[in-house]
Amino acid sequence: MILTESFRLKSGLAEMLKGGVIMDVTNAQEALVAEKAGATAVMALIKVPSDIRKEGGVARMSPISKIREIMATVSIPVMAKCRIGHLAEARVLEALGVDYIDESEVLTPADDENHVDKRSFRVPFVCGARNLGEALRRIGEGAAMIRTKGEAGSGNIVEAVRHMRTIQREMKQLTVLSSDELMAEAKKHQAPFELIEYVAQHGKLPVPNFSAGGIATAADAALAMMLGAEAVFVGSGIFKSSDPERFAKAVVKATTYWKDPVKVLEASEELPDGMPGLDIRQLEESQLMATRGW
Amino acid sequence: MGVLALQGDFAAHAQSLQQAGAEAVEVRTRESLASVDALVMPGGESTTMLKLMSYENLWEPLQEFGASKPIFGTCAGAILLAKHVTSPSQISLALMDLDVERNAYGRQLDSHIAQVDLEGAPLEAVFIRAPIIRRVGPAGKVWATHRGDPVLVTEGKHMVATFHPELTCDPRVHAIFLRQL
Repeated sequence: MILTESFRLKSGLAEMLKGGVIMDVTNAQEALVAEKAGATAVMALIKVPSDIRKEGGVARMSPISKIREIMATVSIPVMAKCRIGHLAEARVLEALGVDYIDESEVLTPADDENHVDKRSFRVPFVCGARNLGEALRRIGEGAAMIRTKGEAGSGNIVEAVRHMRTIQREMKQLTVLSSDELMAEAKKHQAPFELIEYVAQHGKLPVPNFSAGGIATAADAALAMMLGAEAVFVGSGIFKSSDPERFAKAVVKATTYWKDPVKVLEASEELPDGMPGLDIRQLEESQLMATRGW
Repeated sequence: MGVLALQGDFAAHAQSLQQAGAEAVEVRTRESLASVDALVMPGGESTTMLKLMSYENLWEPLQEFGASKPIFGTCAGAILLAKHVTSPSQISLALMDLDVERNAYGRQLDSHIAQVDLEGAPLEAVFIRAPIIRRVGPAGKVWATHRGDPVLVTEGKHMVATFHPELTCDPRVHAIFLRQL
């Protein structure tokens, strides 16, 4: 299933985004700031996650006019979010010609049981995951890129760290098991058997694995890369900081040079005040975005 | 062999080079650039790579490197090597006499895999938001074409591909580059 021509093209674009920063933007002006700072792609959404959190209500796909404006303004890939399970929003975004769709827990889910069957789309999808089972279920549905969910709009990296560490640990554990043990693992992770087998053989997901949800400083981005992320998504962090341009540039630098502490130091020195952060433990269960989707 | 590792699918290139029998080193700084004999510029976003080159003052070292040592650019790397870039226009190292139009097939929905002919044998070519080479200078040699446009070109020591040989298991394109060393 994994090596179909269509799937290779979908994950091929994700390959091109590796080592880069994908930035959340709500309009063309922000998209331009992101592109100028060195973003590899922009993610169009109606409001940045911290505003969605603050303002409440139903968060939906971005207005089409805004996405069109963004697509007309920047030359880098444009992604857009649809609600979990919202087949029609996904089809609309495909018809619009966006380069990637994020079926995202940041928006209010349209279906609290099912995700979109992404295999029947020509446009590639990225989906969030908190653990290996969730990542492999999304890949089974056709996602060509995974991002760990973290807790969007929190400015707190702890959940992103937890999710990345969990996935990495669960993958490593599979690599030391014998083939007789893999069906029981598929049962435990509630994941497709052939994908469990793939991870056991290769020690990694069959698609790129990026990090998202809570990156609020250059060092946060470097940390995500240290833990095994192949690129990062930054949401509220950039346009909720006091100087988005400098902030975006610093995160881009730290993501490329994460192995070099002196370069991350240089990037951090350029940093203005970050966004305000939230203590995840003080959030009500109903306020958590990461627990949306299964 | 160095692989420019500012951003993009540099890991896939390193693997292809190893398959073709070369040792690959990731290049992110002036110091690491000085330690290699040839360089691959991978696929990725050319605008992002340009920014990182300016943040790290890699521009002049890369131009000097290219004046004496071979560079192979794929997709974004090809855009960076070309003399003229359009759609939109942007600066480039101008190490090869080529005109390149960015995202010329369209958006991701227009990405495709095609069979092209390389030295009489079919080669699978993966085009992802790929550029098109609109003009090849008199010193350029076209190795493969797709829909009438050149997709694999050498000029002097340098080589460009608008597709991604690093995303297939076929080592022939990397082998051509290594042969020219």
